[in-house]
Amino acid sequence: MAEKRIQIVENILNANDRLANQNRKRFDDARVYSINLMASPGAGKTSFILATIHSLLDTGIQIGVIEGDTAPVTIDSDKISAAGMPAVQINTGGECHLDAVMVENALEQLDLASLNLVIVENVGNLICPAAFNLGTHSSILIASVPEGDDKPYKYPNIYRGLEVLIINKTDLLPYIDFNLDYFREGVEMLNPGLITFSVSCKTGEGIDAWLEWLKAKIPEK
Amino acid sequence: MHELSVTENVLEIACRHAEKAQAKKVTDIYLVIGKLSSIVDDSVAFYWDIISKETLCEDSVLHFKRIPAELVCQDCGTQYTLEDDLTPCPNCHSARVRVVSGDEFNLDSIEIERE
Repeated sequence: MAEKRIQIVENILNANDRLANQNRKRFDDARVYSINLMASPGAGKTSFILATIHSLLDTGIQIGVIEGDTAPVTIDSDKISAAGMPAVQINTGGECHLDAVMVENALEQLDLASLNLVIVENVGNLICPAAFNLGTHSSILIASVPEGDDKPYKYPNIYRGLEVLIINKTDLLPYIDFNLDYFREGVEMLNPGLITFSVSCKTGEGIDAWLEWLKAKIPEK
Repeated sequence: MHELSVTENVLEIACRHAEKAQAKKVTDIYLVIGKLSSIVDDSVAFYWDIISKETLCEDSVLHFKRIPAELVCQDCGTQYTLEDDLTPCPNCHSARVRVVSGDEFNLDSIEIERE
């Protein structure tokens, strides 16, 4: 009965990362740009997706949406379908985040060949989604101003892996105490030079700049 | 809280390596977790006892090694350890900082018994 120490040094989420790489390859092979959209509940993820879809309707860009929710509801995917784009609803069964396996399964239900862009709407949560790579080309966070200006300090991990930050509900700025300088300094410490768009999905302000960035990312097909 | 998924991943990796080494059982698991990785040790340990039952890892002990979060200032080069709050450079107050350590999230090693 010999005791033996075995060195492993393997990232605990290695299995998820391997699957994420496969997802990325599927997106690349189909020439589809893909986004992991994260935010706290109520920040405006679905409104932002709908604003994006409506604004791009005339461009011919086809958008598929994967909706992650912890409960068996189709509220969000119904809104996407009503906007004329294909949607797949994932029920995580109480899990607090999407992982690469769930996205892989959802991709089976999307016809990537006919799409130009896939937006994955993650579960509303600022902690857990940060740890799970889905294989998308970019991770985007929506921070809405009513949530408060201290969120980068309280939930640093989610800010660190981002390619883009969306500050939403800017139409409410006159009515609430949100110190934009304090917010931005926190973001800068975590993710220097992060591309940021300030928008209001309600008034449409700032959406055009976001669309310009997005359209430049979508590959020719 | 995603401690259950994390714990399942630890079990998968540990069992895979234990089988490869033809272990009879796994006695100890050594995890290296950076301070910036949000994971609750007690929750992982709680799930571990449940999900490791009837596997090679049953009754094994989890050991957590925590790595502090170290930042370096891009402007003046000062390296400092992050305490509980996110703070700018203590020397020049710059917000241009880079993480040096604290991201670790590894299964470092296991101890096994053989026949």
